[in-house]
Amino acid sequence: TMKGLLVLTVLFVAVFGKETFEGDQVLRITVRDEVQLTLLKDLSEMEYLQLDVWMETTDLSPSVDIRVPFTSLQTVKAFLETEDIEYFIMIKDLQVMLDEEKEQMLSAARATAPRTSDDYDYSNYHTIADIYAFQDMLVAENPNLVSKIVIGQSYQGRPLNVLKFSTGGTNKPGIWLDTGIHSREWVTQASGTWFAKKIVTDYGRDAALTAILDKMDIFLEIVTNPDGYFYTHTSNRMWRKTRKPNPGSSCIGTDPNRNWDAGFGGPGASDSPCSETYRGPKAHSESEVKSIVDFVKSHGNLQAFVSIHSYSQMLLYPYGYTRTPCKDQSELHNLARKAITYLGSLYGTSYRYGSIINTIYQASGGTIDWTYNQGIKYSYTFELRDTGRYGFILPANQILPTAKETWLALMAIMEHTKDNTN
Amino acid sequence: MTTGVLNPSHYPARRAATVVQHYLNTRYGSPYRWIFLSKVHSGSAEDMAEMRKYQLELTMQEMISNVSGQCSAELLFPGGEGQSAPQVQASCEGLLQSNPTAQEEAFYQQHRASNNMVSGSNIPDSYGHMEPSMKPFWHLGGVASSCIMLRESNESTLYNMAQVANFTQLETEKDQLRFNYHVLLHEMISQEIIHWKLLVTWSPEQGVKVLQTELQPKCHDCEAPPNTTN
Repeated sequence: TMKGLLVLTVLFVAVFGKETFEGDQVLRITVRDEVQLTLLKDLSEMEYLQLDVWMETTDLSPSVDIRVPFTSLQTVKAFLETEDIEYFIMIKDLQVMLDEEKEQMLSAARATAPRTSDDYDYSNYHTIADIYAFQDMLVAENPNLVSKIVIGQSYQGRPLNVLKFSTGGTNKPGIWLDTGIHSREWVTQASGTWFAKKIVTDYGRDAALTAILDKMDIFLEIVTNPDGYFYTHTSNRMWRKTRKPNPGSSCIGTDPNRNWDAGFGGPGASDSPCSETYRGPKAHSESEVKSIVDFVKSHGNLQAFVSIHSYSQMLLYPYGYTRTPCKDQSELHNLARKAITYLGSLYGTSYRYGSIINTIYQASGGTIDWTYNQGIKYSYTFELRDTGRYGFILPANQILPTAKETWLALMAIMEHTKDNTN
Repeated sequence: MTTGVLNPSHYPARRAATVVQHYLNTRYGSPYRWIFLSKVHSGSAEDMAEMRKYQLELTMQEMISNVSGQCSAELLFPGGEGQSAPQVQASCEGLLQSNPTAQEEAFYQQHRASNNMVSGSNIPDSYGHMEPSMKPFWHLGGVASSCIMLRESNESTLYNMAQVANFTQLETEKDQLRFNYHVLLHEMISQEIIHWKLLVTWSPEQGVKVLQTELQPKCHDCEAPPNTTN
């Protein structure tokens, strides 16, 4: 009935043309006797005060609820206090409450399943089911540009989905992007979803992206570690690794970014299954990793490979397993500088850049060390927002700014790749 | 170990600078004052007998007022086998300009009476969200965590507080607000999430003090994680 009263009030006021309830309060007044009741009735009939009685006294309740417009508050409260009539403030600012309720209703509406990729809420975190449904929607809406390739299965049997963005042709050079290889890095899967939509939106509208897609294909794996991602929703928000059990140990999972065959077994990863950086029993032991390895090898013509993580705000190039500079260090360093300059141009977000081993730590068995050694020159890892204040649990209202600024850096990398590919 | 002039973009300077951040929070932090590293301008490291000494020029930012300030800091990381905390000296210009006294006092008065003990959990929640009334407790958790993070830091660690798992207010004692906190720390190099239980006190005069700390096991039936090979 409270809601009913609210609706009635809003309608009543809409009729009288009042636009806002800013500063209005709802007072609950408790009358002690007939005298007080009469006084209150007289007060409510004073038209210039514009009092709005929400709930009258009844035999069962001695309280009266009255909405008092902001401009009448002082007068009314002074009156009540002078007459020693008890009251308390039930609603401190009616407009604030209405705004909050509206927001709640909108977000509840957002929670119902979107029918098109235009309805999808990119400014929120989603379950794996939502993201997989989004992928199918995007393919259905853009059959001439987008297709879905299932490159393998996770340990628990979830499909490993890759969206292929292509304007046709055979074995065109390709660019690979992945997000979510570490499941707790939620801003990355959310950004990957936005990137997918961005690509279909910009093809044919943005000259730079159109030129890239006319020459090259883009492959995007949004949920690179689906078992881990599911686990972060259902059990442990801080889960990083895969969910494959380790024989002889009660600890589960391998770090998919220490499982690649690049410096495997060397310092910069752990040999303990209980560790967050456990390299796994052998290189490519995890199907989530092996599936990408097989894809890369069979494609044979990938020119760029970007693996996206959070947090720390860094753009990194090989190597992580050795201090020996990679042979393209100079070009990769300059391109990284350019990319993070573009990134920073949008909201002033500052990124550091450099090789993995210099900038963050020694890490062996890493993704881009392997891809670089396969001959994919433009191999980069991002660490997205923030720098530690929220860390992995970045507020949803930062998803869009993060995705948008990161896209500028990705465009710089993809354009440079296109311009340096035959 | 890197010695001499440090590249401000590389990790040795960055890790040392983060230790300075933890020190500043331990010293100056409150439910309305939480400091984060903004930028490393320059740094150097040298070997001394049994120690490693760092000098750094930094910009730090106070998160609630958004005020930034320049800081000069000197750190000593003890060498040898013992696990003792780094020693930090820092002087900052302009950083503590914000005056949260009014808010701190109001918060203190609001919570010192014993008739309504506050508690909370998952701050922020999985989506990065928290109720506005929980924010000062988040800040307080971050500052209390800084005490542990400072103590636990060395040249091979980089700590941040990942989340306040829960906190419960206890009876005010000796004019100090008191809380049990369960915090999750993220250590970047090992990538581990480390659980600590803390007994925390605070008042505007005394600042944040951590009276007791208790490391929580990673999981019941797991072996303790060994050190990551470096």
